[in-house]
Amino acid sequence: MRLLGWTAPGGSTELVVAHGPADAAQRLLVLPAWFDEANKTRHFTQAVMRHLADAGVASVLPDLPGCNESLAPFESQSMATWRAAAQSSAEQLGATHVLAMRAAVAIAPSLPGWAYAPVAGKSVLRGLLRARVLSAREAGRQETSEALLASGLANGLDLAGYRLGAQMVADLADGELAPSTFTIIAQNEIGGAGLWLRAEPDHDAAQAETLAALVAGRLST
Amino acid sequence: MTETTSIDAILRGVLRDVLGLDDARVAAFDADTGLFGHLPELDSMAVVSLLTEIEDRLDIVLEDDEIDGDLLETYGSLLAFVTAKRGGA
Repeated sequence: MRLLGWTAPGGSTELVVAHGPADAAQRLLVLPAWFDEANKTRHFTQAVMRHLADAGVASVLPDLPGCNESLAPFESQSMATWRAAAQSSAEQLGATHVLAMRAAVAIAPSLPGWAYAPVAGKSVLRGLLRARVLSAREAGRQETSEALLASGLANGLDLAGYRLGAQMVADLADGELAPSTFTIIAQNEIGGAGLWLRAEPDHDAAQAETLAALVAGRLST
Repeated sequence: MTETTSIDAILRGVLRDVLGLDDARVAAFDADTGLFGHLPELDSMAVVSLLTEIEDRLDIVLEDDEIDGDLLETYGSLLAFVTAKRGGA
């Protein structure tokens, strides 16, 4: 594993985790899942990249602006800034293929590749709103998804510990699963239940191995 | 397979996947099996994943005011609710 940097469109320097041979002819850009799902699949995503490296496949995982070690404000991000960032990182890091996890399919650059268990932005937003409504209810406060959405579209919103800007809320609310050229890898192809479903971050070594094998097998053919 | 039995199978699958239960345990659920407050795996975070996954797999939408303690009281109450929501009752 190597740590590299890349320059995001806003000028910020962002971290990249790279696995596998540095001089490979093909390089896979890995775009991680978002928000609470990012935490729940972080270990899994790294494990997939390690297995890919074992199979001789180079992969890179850039921090998107606002995420992980990034100093860019999360609240300023939107699907457009992340899409531009994904495109720019692909060019700077010499990516030839992409593996988009979950909602990240919406920002993936036009390279050949795979969408793992793709999910629409609107479904992601629905889950985040519900988590907030239910936790407010447990705390004795009454909030509704509808009112939260209206306020989020106007002023941004705190969801799952992230301060989403108004544009990001709007982008998610409109986020459909558009037809794409990516090969979809459904959860049932890798066996077991998706790790983002778990209440606490967990890992499943067999799933990581299977996903890496699927991608590596198709890359080499 | 009738509509109702397939909803039953899908719902058991969601509970198995979200709560990390094994097939045998989920297969043993009956209408009176207690869910929220009875299954230690079903905490409030798991409720969110559970409901979102039910919506996705059964193509239904659950409103805020439909989600209360009664909905998740027993397996039977949850199954009856989503079956009605699907128009299969």
